[in-house]
Amino acid sequence: MDYFLIVPFTLLAALFVFGGLAASFLLAPHRPGKVKNSPYECGEKTIGTSWVQFNVGYYLFALMFLVFDVEAAFLYPWALVFREFGAVALIEAGIFILVLIAGFIYAWKKGALEWV
Amino acid sequence: MTGITENIWQAKTVAQRAAEALPESVWFALGYMVLGVVGVAAFIAVLGMGLIYAERKIAGHFQCRLGPMRVGWHGIFQTVADTLKLLLKEDVVPAQADKFLHILAPLFTLLGTILVLAVLPMSPIVHVSDVNIGVVYVGAVSGFGVLGILLGGWSSNNKWSLLGAMRAGAQIISYEISATLALLVVVLFSGTLRLSEIVESQAAGWWIWRAHGVGIVAFLLFFIASLAEINRTPFDIPEGESELTAGFHTEYSGMRFAFFFLAEFINMFIVAALTATLFLGGWMPFHIGDFAGFNAIMDMIPPGLWFTGKTAFLVFLIMWFRWTFPRLRVDQLMRLEWKVLLPIGFANLIAAAVVVLFNFYFFPVR
Repeated sequence: MDYFLIVPFTLLAALFVFGGLAASFLLAPHRPGKVKNSPYECGEKTIGTSWVQFNVGYYLFALMFLVFDVEAAFLYPWALVFREFGAVALIEAGIFILVLIAGFIYAWKKGALEWV
Repeated sequence: MTGITENIWQAKTVAQRAAEALPESVWFALGYMVLGVVGVAAFIAVLGMGLIYAERKIAGHFQCRLGPMRVGWHGIFQTVADTLKLLLKEDVVPAQADKFLHILAPLFTLLGTILVLAVLPMSPIVHVSDVNIGVVYVGAVSGFGVLGILLGGWSSNNKWSLLGAMRAGAQIISYEISATLALLVVVLFSGTLRLSEIVESQAAGWWIWRAHGVGIVAFLLFFIASLAEINRTPFDIPEGESELTAGFHTEYSGMRFAFFFLAEFINMFIVAALTATLFLGGWMPFHIGDFAGFNAIMDMIPPGLWFTGKTAFLVFLIMWFRWTFPRLRVDQLMRLEWKVLLPIGFANLIAAAVVVLFNFYFFPVR
């Protein structure tokens, strides 16, 4: 039952968005124009498309994020049962985190954490 | 648990009530569910407008102005008027935009906030659904928010939007790590992922002060990282009015702009409420170990009021920050996360594990 309630809540979000859109579709004016529908660039004429290749730095941070987020996913069950295992759990997680920190220091030294 | 902590509140969620009613009558069960959904819908509408009004009033008074004063008593209906105005505004979709994704983006952003509200324990009875992996669930569904921002910024086919969306993506995923590391500290302390049980585990004292400093560090980490995740000042680079016009929602107008705006303010409430739940005891009154007399006096204030008070205080703090701290530059922002908060987060997690191992709290659990 706890999880089932998530379904109506998803529908609620959809209702909010599409209800609001329908209401504004019925109430708001529709007067599209060539200039009005052009991308907003503070009055300048747009040059080219915006769908371009972006800075590789973003991918680098995404990769780093992936490593640490998967690590966090592993640590959730560890944190949950920590009391039952005690010192063994602390040592094992300590080794796990140390390995990660070694990689983290390597990335730091390589300059992967600099914003370019 | 210490002596005083028997459950005197009889916490019960709407989902539990529905499940209990189900064998007798399907309609009662459905009624409870409709009550929960409609309640949250009304709550979102009222809260969104209230928070926007509060933000404008507080901003005004911080700057020695009065803020909105014209519509209703002290401008109390200003946000209602603004919402009506947005409803009547033309909804412009740029000609070169990806129309389907452009219309879909606010749905994802709003979905992330509404699904979190479904599991927040606001008081022993005002609590819709108590999923057994609440903490993970909150992290998972709030991830929809960044999806909406990225989709909205990319599909607009506008350079400001794209820049804002990419910055938002990098910022939100980076700070997610620190927030998770701080969350893990609370999971370690309370030994559960259920939000209601995390609240009940603080019956002998809130986690912020019970763990000899570790709790305070985790609280600060979580609060800072969460502020960055919801793009509030001083981390509002994705919107940065003075550099990116409006960031990812530059091309949004009318009702769909209103949804982004609404999601942003509800997110502010969610961050405050979550921080209060995890570190300040949620609806749990201020208890000190087994000082029964003191605790009994504190219990006289109803739990719902405790939750409201803590959350309101944190929301005020977030609004205060906006008029106190200047915006960070994008490289400063990434440096703060990866070179400052992340190492502190790891050290704090290990320290928390040691604290739990030796049961070294004020008023130990066992």
